[in-house]
Amino acid sequence: MGDGPALEAGRFAPRGCIVKPYIAELHSHTVLSPCAEVEMIPPLIVQTAIEKGINLLAVTDHNASANVVAVQRAAQDTGMIVLPGMELQTREEVHLLCLFDTLEQMEAWQNLVDEHLPPLENDIEHFGEQFVVDETGEFVRRETQLLLTSTDLSLEEAVRAVDSIEGLAIPAHIDRKANGLLALLGFVPANVTIEALELSRHISVDVAPLRYPQIRGYPLVRDGDAHRLNEFLGVNEFLLESPTVAELKLALRRENGRLHRFRTV
Amino acid sequence: MTLQDVIDQLNLKVLTQPIDFSAVTPTSGYTSDLLSCVMAGARKGALWVTLQAHLNIVAVAALLEMSAVIITEDAQPDAATINKANEEGVTLLSTDKQSFEAVGRLWATGLR
Repeated sequence: MGDGPALEAGRFAPRGCIVKPYIAELHSHTVLSPCAEVEMIPPLIVQTAIEKGINLLAVTDHNASANVVAVQRAAQDTGMIVLPGMELQTREEVHLLCLFDTLEQMEAWQNLVDEHLPPLENDIEHFGEQFVVDETGEFVRRETQLLLTSTDLSLEEAVRAVDSIEGLAIPAHIDRKANGLLALLGFVPANVTIEALELSRHISVDVAPLRYPQIRGYPLVRDGDAHRLNEFLGVNEFLLESPTVAELKLALRRENGRLHRFRTV
Repeated sequence: MTLQDVIDQLNLKVLTQPIDFSAVTPTSGYTSDLLSCVMAGARKGALWVTLQAHLNIVAVAALLEMSAVIITEDAQPDAATINKANEEGVTLLSTDKQSFEAVGRLWATGLR
């Protein structure tokens, strides 16, 4: 990211506000997610994301966030920003990306989620390992709580709770049959503010609104939902003043010179 | 087989404002928890058995003019869902039974 594109991008913004381009991946897993490959350790995640041109990465494990700090540490001095996040599973089995700015927000959110998870242990044979690791990828502990399950929070409760601590909630891979909002709930609930919808890597941005007319009017993002290193996409380009959740919201609403667009990779 | 007979035989709780259930005759039965499938697969006037208690069930039931929705396993729709159902004239019923048993009992009454 040189000065050139930043100045170029800045022309769209109101006077005095300089926006810069960020290539964002808002949905990625680590070895904490039982379905992720063992290669999804912090240094490899960071290296691979950077090779893809990504400089804003959200770490979003299933109902968990214990590897966020390790990825942040692995990304130190690389120029890539790592946002704390989670892929929550709601009562309706909808997957919801929950993105935050600070570890304090993340901790508050994790505490709430922990209260809403059933007291069940992970079955390693069946679901896979759930590893908490350090920034080098070294084993720290096994997460014993079953993560691949639903909380008893409704989609609306979850979105409102994320909003209330100034996070950003985005229904994940809405085009997927498994845990996608459209398969489960048919259409986007209107009784809560949904800032954006995420498309999976299995559908193109052009095809999605044709196949699912009920998503028209909603801002879209698209992510790799990487469970393996070769699954990062890096197709979201945001113009932001700084890499924060508040700025992402402005960009999704295309306000104050911030915007989101898709780049071809 | 009227809706009143169904409510009596399956011992269902009525969550929405009671109407004259003996004047309602379900055309058919349907079960799924995926609302996309329900919209594509359920027939008009059907009696729908689901574990899903989300607000969107009301819109789907209204769209298909369903005779009622039976929510299983005591899944509790929130107040907004019940209010919306009353507004839309959708009947929500509840049972502590699992969908499997509810559907089995409905089948036994002759509903298809």
